[in-house]
Amino acid sequence: MTNSYDNIIIGAGHNGLVCAAYLAKAGKKVLVLERADQVGGAAITRDFADGFRVSACAHVLHMLRPSVVRDLKLESHGLDMSQPGIATISLDAEGNHTTIGRDSLDGANVSDEDKTAYRDFVKRMEGHAKVLAKQYMKTPPRLASIGLKNSLKLAGLGWDLRFGLGKKKMEDLMRIVTMNIHHLLDESLDNEALKGALSFYAVLGTSLDQRMQTSVFTYLHHVAGGLDTKAVLPKGGMGGVSDALAASAQSFGAEIRTGAAVDHVLLDGGEAVGVVLSGGEEIRAKTVVSNADPRTTFFKLVGARHLEAGFAHRLGNLRNTGRVAKVHIALNGVPDFKGLETSALGNRLLISPSRKYLDNAYNHSKYGEFSAAPAMEITMPTMADASLAPDGQHVLSAIVQYAPYELKAGWDDSQKAAFTDRVIDALAVYAPGIRDQVVATECLTPADIEQEFGITGGHWHHVELALDQMLMMRPVHGTAQYKTPIEGLYLCGAGAHPGGGVMGAAGHNAAQEILAGDK
Amino acid sequence: MMRAQHQKDHYSKHSLPTPFHPRTSQLSMGNNWHCWKGYLSADYYENVEFEYFAIRNSCSVMDLSPMAKYRVEGPDAQDFFDRMMTRDMSKVKPGRVAYSVWCNDQGRVVDDGTVFRFDETTYRLCSYEHQYEWLMISAAGFDVKITEETSEIAALSVQGPTTFAVLERMGLKGIEELKPFGIMHFPYHGGEMMVSRTGFTGDLGYELWVHKSLALTLWDELFAAGKQYGIRAIGTHALDVARIEAGFIQADDDFLSANLTVRKGHDRSPYELGLDWLVHLDKPNFTGRKALAEEKKNGSKYRFVKLEVEGNKPAKDSYIFHGKNKHAGVVTSAAWSPTVKKNIAFATLQLPADHPLDDLWAEIYYQRELKWNRVWAKCTLHDDPFWNPTRRRATPPGLF
Repeated sequence: MTNSYDNIIIGAGHNGLVCAAYLAKAGKKVLVLERADQVGGAAITRDFADGFRVSACAHVLHMLRPSVVRDLKLESHGLDMSQPGIATISLDAEGNHTTIGRDSLDGANVSDEDKTAYRDFVKRMEGHAKVLAKQYMKTPPRLASIGLKNSLKLAGLGWDLRFGLGKKKMEDLMRIVTMNIHHLLDESLDNEALKGALSFYAVLGTSLDQRMQTSVFTYLHHVAGGLDTKAVLPKGGMGGVSDALAASAQSFGAEIRTGAAVDHVLLDGGEAVGVVLSGGEEIRAKTVVSNADPRTTFFKLVGARHLEAGFAHRLGNLRNTGRVAKVHIALNGVPDFKGLETSALGNRLLISPSRKYLDNAYNHSKYGEFSAAPAMEITMPTMADASLAPDGQHVLSAIVQYAPYELKAGWDDSQKAAFTDRVIDALAVYAPGIRDQVVATECLTPADIEQEFGITGGHWHHVELALDQMLMMRPVHGTAQYKTPIEGLYLCGAGAHPGGGVMGAAGHNAAQEILAGDK
Repeated sequence: MMRAQHQKDHYSKHSLPTPFHPRTSQLSMGNNWHCWKGYLSADYYENVEFEYFAIRNSCSVMDLSPMAKYRVEGPDAQDFFDRMMTRDMSKVKPGRVAYSVWCNDQGRVVDDGTVFRFDETTYRLCSYEHQYEWLMISAAGFDVKITEETSEIAALSVQGPTTFAVLERMGLKGIEELKPFGIMHFPYHGGEMMVSRTGFTGDLGYELWVHKSLALTLWDELFAAGKQYGIRAIGTHALDVARIEAGFIQADDDFLSANLTVRKGHDRSPYELGLDWLVHLDKPNFTGRKALAEEKKNGSKYRFVKLEVEGNKPAKDSYIFHGKNKHAGVVTSAAWSPTVKKNIAFATLQLPADHPLDDLWAEIYYQRELKWNRVWAKCTLHDDPFWNPTRRRATPPGLF
C-alpha cells in the first residue's frame, strides 16, 4: 500500500512533535497530522491583533527537558536557548514588590528572617522535587503487573524515595505530599507576599484551590519543572520551540501535514490500524499515537463503544475542565508599574499578593463565576523579542485565574468583555495608567481553548494535575504507560505521565514505549 | 390512594409484596416467604414435592415479578448489548430471547440473564441482581435510554407439560407457533400480554408478562383455564430442584456477581462456569474480552462440572476430593432428582485443566437427630443436562 506508515501521530502539539522526532530518528516512517494550519498545538505563537503576536497558551519556557533539546538537536534547528533567565516578581499595590529567585528573596517588606526561612524552604522542596523530576523521563511502573522490568521500575521509585532522599527527608515528603500548600506555608514561612506568590505557583495552570489536599504535590511539580531556576521567555514565543521541534522531526524524515483533521481512529478487529481524516481519506499505520487529550482520544476519535465499560467509566470520571484563561493585551507603549524599572518587566510578574486574595479569586469559580479580582502570571514577551509587536509597542500576556469552563452565565462576547475588564482593573492596581495604553485585547477562556486547540474541557494540562491522576494513574490506570487498551493505539500528550507544560517528556516516553513494543 | 399509602410506607418493610400478592398470600399455607431482591417470594405454598411434580407432570405457576427488569431502547440498543454481553447479540433477531452473561473488564461474571428483543430498537433485560448502575456505566457512548421497570411489570413463569394446553384454553391464538426463545404479544383487557417461550426448568413452559395493573386478572384467568390441567402455584424450593436437573446455574449459589465479591478470585469467569458457548471472542470488542482471551490462552483457575453422586444424600455444600485425599473443589448446588432418580450436583473444581476427573468423591455430612454422619460418595461426570425432554422443544407443543 502506498500510503502506509509505521506511526501516525494525531496532533502536532509539542509532545506529538517530540514523539515523531524520536520515532523518525529511530528509523520509523512517521506521519504527523495536524488539524490547524500551523504546528505546535497550544505551543504556538500567533497574531492576536494587527501586528501583535503572542504565545497562545504557556508563555514561560522552563520545563523543556535538556535531553530532548540535546537528542533532537533543537538548537541547530533554530531553538535559541541563550535567553537570559528570568526572576519572579510578586507585585505589591504600594510598589513594594518582592523579587523571588531560586535562593534569594528581595524587597522592601522582606526581613532577614524571611530570607533565611525561604532559602531553607527552597532547599527542602528542591530535594523532594528531585525525586519527582527523576520520574519525568520514565514510563511509570504498573501497579497491577508483575514481571522483572516492571518490578525493577517500582523498586527504583522506592529506592529514589528511601535512599535518594534518606530516611528523614522521605518521612518529610510522605507527610507533606498530601497536604495543601496553604498549611505547609504556614508551617514554614512568615512573609505573606511570598506565601501568596508560592500558593499561586502551586495552582498555576490548574483548576485547584490552594487549600486542596493535592496542592503541595502540584507545587513540587512546578519546582521540579524549574519554575525558579530555568525560566526564560522563549525567542519568537512558544511557537519557536514548536518550529524547532518540527524542523528536527522533519530532518529525521518525519512527514508533517497541517490542515489535516483526524475524524476517527480506524479500527480493525478492535485494533488501531490507521486514521480516517475528516475529508474521508484513510491512512494506515502500524501504530497510531494520539497527542490529543484522553477524552478526545477515547470518546471522540475511538468511541466509548470500542472500549470496555469499566475503562470507559474511569475515563468518564476524569477531572479535566479548566479554570484558567489567557488574556493578551496589545499596548501602545511600556506600561508603568509602580516601583518597577522598565528593565524588570522582562521578568515573570505575579498578581497574588496574599493567600486571601487567591482565596477570593477561587471562591467565585466555585460558584460558576469568574474572579472579580483574578490572580495572574504576567509576562511581556516583547521585552525579550521586540519583533512580536510594532516598533515601540508591547504585548502583555497573562495567565489568569480563575475563569471556569462552565461559567454560570455562559461564555459569550459580553461575558468575555466583562472578564477582560476585570483583568485590566486588576492590572491597573499596579499599573494605574494601563487602561489608556490598551490598543487591543484577546481573551481565551477554557471554552475558547477547547475550541481552538481541541482540548476537551479546555484544561491546559488536558487532565487535572492531582495526585490521583498522576504517575501510574495518569490519565487512568489501564492506559498510564502510553499504551492504551486498543492494540496499536498510544497516548503521547499532556494527559499522559508526567503531564502538561512544554516539557516534551510525555512525547519522549511514548516514543520509547512504541519502540520497545516493536522489538 | 392505596398506591400513595404503599409508597409512603415502603421503608417500614424489608420486602415489598408483588402485584400477585393478594392471590399468592391466600394460597400460601406455610406463610413462608423469603426476600428475593426486595420482594416477597414464596419458599413453597403447600408442599415442595407436589409443587415439583407440577413442574414435571402438569402446570406450575411461579411469581416471577421480583426479577430485575430493564427496558433498553434506542438506535444503538443492539450495539449496546453486543458490547455489554459476551455473546454475539447481533444474531438475536426481533421477537427472540437470548440467555447470556456479562462481565466486568477483568472478564469476571457480573450477572447472567435473558435479553428480550421486541423490535429493532427495543429490548428488555431480565437479571438476577439489580443492574441499573452497570447498565448506566455500560451506556456511555451509546444512544440508548434505560428504564428500570422491575416494579411495573408483573410476570408469571408457567412451566410443565400441560402449559401449552392451558394457554390455548386461555384463548391465546397462534400460541402453538411460538418456538423456544420466541416472543408473542397479545391484546389483553385493554393492555397487552407478552408471552415468551422461556423458563428455568428445562421443560415445556412459558413466561407471561403484563403491566402490574393486569396482574390479578391474569392470575385469575390463568388459574381458571388451568383447573383441568393440574395447575399449581409453586415456590422457589421446587424450582431449585428443576433448574439443577436442567443444568441451569443460579447466581448467589453457583457464582457470585463480580460487582459484589470483595475477595480476589471469589468471582468467576464464564469459562469457569462452563459457559464457553456464550463467549464470542471473534467479536472485536465487548467488556471483558481482553481478559477472557488471556484466560482462554492461559487456562482457567476453576472448572464447573455436573456430577452424578452415588447414594441418595444430597451433596449440599460438600467438599469434592480426588482419590479421597486430594482436595479438588466444592459442591455449589445439589438435589435428589425425583424424575431421573439420581443424586445430582454442580461443583466447582480447582484442578489443572489436564488433571484426570476419574476418581472424584464427595464427602457428604448429614445429620440424624443432632448426630453428624459422614459418607463418601463416588461422583461421575455428567456432560449433558440431567433432564432434557423432547417436549421442551416440540413446536407445536403436545397437548398433554
